[in-house]
Amino acid sequence: MTAQYAPHIDSELVAILESVSDPEIPVLTVLDLGVIREAILKDNTVHILLTPTYSGCPAMDVISEDLAAAFKAKGLETKIDLVLHPAWSTDWISQAGREKMQAYGIAPPLNETHDKQALLGDARLIACPQCKSTNTKLVSQFGSTACKALFKCEDCLEPFDYFKCLR
Amino acid sequence: MDNKDLIQYILGVSDNAMILGQRLGELCGHGPNLETDIALTNISLDLFGQTRSYLQYAAKLQGGDTTEDDLAYLRKEHEYKNVLLVEQPNTDFAYVIGRQFLFDMYHLLFLQELSNSKDAQLRAIAAKSIKEVKYHVRFSGDWVKRLGDGTQESHDRMQAAIDALWVYTAELFKASATEEFAAQNGIGVALDKIKPEYHARVTELLSEATLTIPENPYFLSGGKQGVHSEHMGFLLSDFQYMQRTYPNMTW
Repeated sequence: MTAQYAPHIDSELVAILESVSDPEIPVLTVLDLGVIREAILKDNTVHILLTPTYSGCPAMDVISEDLAAAFKAKGLETKIDLVLHPAWSTDWISQAGREKMQAYGIAPPLNETHDKQALLGDARLIACPQCKSTNTKLVSQFGSTACKALFKCEDCLEPFDYFKCLR
Repeated sequence: MDNKDLIQYILGVSDNAMILGQRLGELCGHGPNLETDIALTNISLDLFGQTRSYLQYAAKLQGGDTTEDDLAYLRKEHEYKNVLLVEQPNTDFAYVIGRQFLFDMYHLLFLQELSNSKDAQLRAIAAKSIKEVKYHVRFSGDWVKRLGDGTQESHDRMQAAIDALWVYTAELFKASATEEFAAQNGIGVALDKIKPEYHARVTELLSEATLTIPENPYFLSGGKQGVHSEHMGFLLSDFQYMQRTYPNMTW
């Protein structure tokens, strides 16, 4: 059972949050990624609840620093707390985020059933972000980072990363 | 259960992840090929991430100036409570995969139980870790099958690794006093509960891989009591080097 992503974010903070991106996939903002659980402005301090994607993801430390710097530039202090529960899921990546990911050359996560068929079986379901062919093959279950698997397109022959379904 | 017992329990759980993470980290740049090198170090990263969650929690419970780094780096060998399996060396790729598979299968079943713990933070860490460990099991299980059911050479070496590592599997389910106490309090995992499932799943995959479990095995244990194999001291001297050489250094 995966929890729904319904963050509580003060509307005046949205623009600043949108300026902070994921260091690994810079086309995605922290809002696209779905890692901000809460962002509330109280007495000149922004209180943020941040959820890690993967436990060991080194991007989380960078994201925390980038958030603090972005708010500081607007004269605001930040207090960031990490929350683990409910655990982050790729379902929380926004639709806009999925499209940006695809355009950036990373295949966005499929639903859990199709993900399993593609990663465990030989089902060819993942579309190459370059030529859109689904004639693609798993090369390795772990790609450039823990959250991605490495695939190869058998039509245009380009290798590409697939963002694994996590839920 | 008071904080002292809870901290001891958490350290036992996190030491398994941490020491295996260190073993896998040793392979960075030394994997048999690029894909497996990256996969093994990604798994290492997941395990260290999980370790940090546990140790941050333990440090908070301990209070005072204790940090996650103190708990990770500044204990003596007998104060680490990981099982012997995870400290075994990277003898060859079959050993690396065998050790990983025998642990991953346990780890997944363990975390599924831990996600029902009465302790909210342990529940949260377990629920998060399960998602990662599912991928670890897939990876190591696939490789056991590929090597076991591969060439004569890969089969023989995979079987040799299973034979050598099987002696460490009984310890996974042999509860220490701390683990037993934690299980009775609904905080820790009742290890005897997951043992039959572990054996069923391991047997099934090994037979698919045309491999067998050694007959009439003897078993080794002691890690949970801090009595480690001869490999542990070498591992720690590497692992603790920076903190011992430059005390209190931070990144």
